[in-house]
Amino acid sequence: MSTSEANAPMSDAAMIELIHVKKSFGAVSVLKDISLRVPRGGVVALIGPSGSGKSTLLRCLNLLTLPESGVIRVGRSTMDFTNGHQLPRDKDLAAFRARTGMVFQNFNLFPHMSVIRNVMEGPVTVLKVRPDEARQTALALLDKVGLRDKADVAPDKLSGGQKQRVAIARALAMKPEVMLFDEATSALDPELVGEVLAVVRQLAAEGMTMVLVTHEMAFAREVADTVVFMRDGVVVEDGPARQVIDTPREAATRAFLSHFHSGRLPAAAANA
Amino acid sequence: MHYEWSFGFLLQYSKLIGVGTAYTIGFTILTAVAGFIVGCIVAIASLSNIRLISSPLVMLVEIFRCTPVLVQLVWIYYALPVLIGVELSPAVAAFISLSLYGGAFYSEIIRGGIVSIDPGQWDAGRALGMRRFDLMRRIVMPQALKRMIPPLVNQAVLQLKNTSLLSVLAVPDLLYQGQLITSATYRPLETYTMIAVIYFIILFPMTRVARVLEARLAH
Repeated sequence: MSTSEANAPMSDAAMIELIHVKKSFGAVSVLKDISLRVPRGGVVALIGPSGSGKSTLLRCLNLLTLPESGVIRVGRSTMDFTNGHQLPRDKDLAAFRARTGMVFQNFNLFPHMSVIRNVMEGPVTVLKVRPDEARQTALALLDKVGLRDKADVAPDKLSGGQKQRVAIARALAMKPEVMLFDEATSALDPELVGEVLAVVRQLAAEGMTMVLVTHEMAFAREVADTVVFMRDGVVVEDGPARQVIDTPREAATRAFLSHFHSGRLPAAAANA
Repeated sequence: MHYEWSFGFLLQYSKLIGVGTAYTIGFTILTAVAGFIVGCIVAIASLSNIRLISSPLVMLVEIFRCTPVLVQLVWIYYALPVLIGVELSPAVAAFISLSLYGGAFYSEIIRGGIVSIDPGQWDAGRALGMRRFDLMRRIVMPQALKRMIPPLVNQAVLQLKNTSLLSVLAVPDLLYQGQLITSATYRPLETYTMIAVIYFIILFPMTRVARVLEARLAH
């Protein structure tokens, strides 16, 4: 395990790079040698049945889950797991994660803090930004997600869609190089999905590099540049979003997508 | 049976009783604080993934949970000095045993409070780039403490009751003073009734507070 910062090659425009990443939980191999590149400003949608490893892959991108082997690079920070099995230090992990923003399926807002405190928490505690300064940034971000008027409300008073927008603002407050979305709309009532997707769409338009694990195929097709279809811990197919979703090459991709075209929830998810 | 109740004579022992009450409350506070610190250390260590640290501590906790505190008290006062070659005063022996005994229970309360926090909270803090200490201080502990307070108050109530065992080692706590007064006056009925009433006056508000806190947390 080693970390390096300034000297990482910047010869290409890739913002995120995964090289031969492997992960297993006990005897189950969840990621079988995954390599992936996301260009600066690129938007990648990870799709696939549950159990395909897409959430694990996303969690590896900010090291919430540590791979067994492979290299993970985000911006200029590289974590190399190829030789040796020594775990990275807490300090290095924290520094790495501080540069990526993550949004979770279940929001995971801090229930003991007001909305604005949630958004200020990262900058104040991790980046040591002065609270009054952090407050201004937080207000601007809440404005951006349309929740400035909820600044002093407790998170449990918000709807799911509002919670998720606060969670996005909280992640953005760290000024991340990339944003990761782990099924950000899966826990939402259908009528609340749109407001969250609108924020994600806006981030994409601003050129934020993003990786989304999603079941919203129409949204993936619209917003993502690249769609990656995973099954059983391998990338089955990847390519331009419209091509993969409209005219998939692989039979497995076609089978998975057929559940969506029929307008029903994926039956494949149940037995994957 | 006809008995002439008379509490008046106790007035001349008010100083003894005051000292006893002070010992009882003082020992409760001291051993509760020390026990809480022991409990925090044991809880955090046992939550660490390092077996070499957590296993012996878990064993220690079980020893203190599964033996009577009176046995521990007597063992630490009479047996431990044989082992370590250092004479312990009754107060020190009592302090050590009550702190460790309390600590064993506090550690379980603290550990339970920490593990009851949704793993998503840890994820969210880590994703922001928080280091272990900040994660505990800012995210986990504020939420866990709220859940720990009622059982901690309950444990403090037991802690105070357990100080009555100090009398066995002739530490002048409330019960010991009662025994002194009884042997001087031959009036156990009034004396021990008053001792019980003093315990009740101290503890009843504490149990009410615990009840209120529990009710408030239920929402």
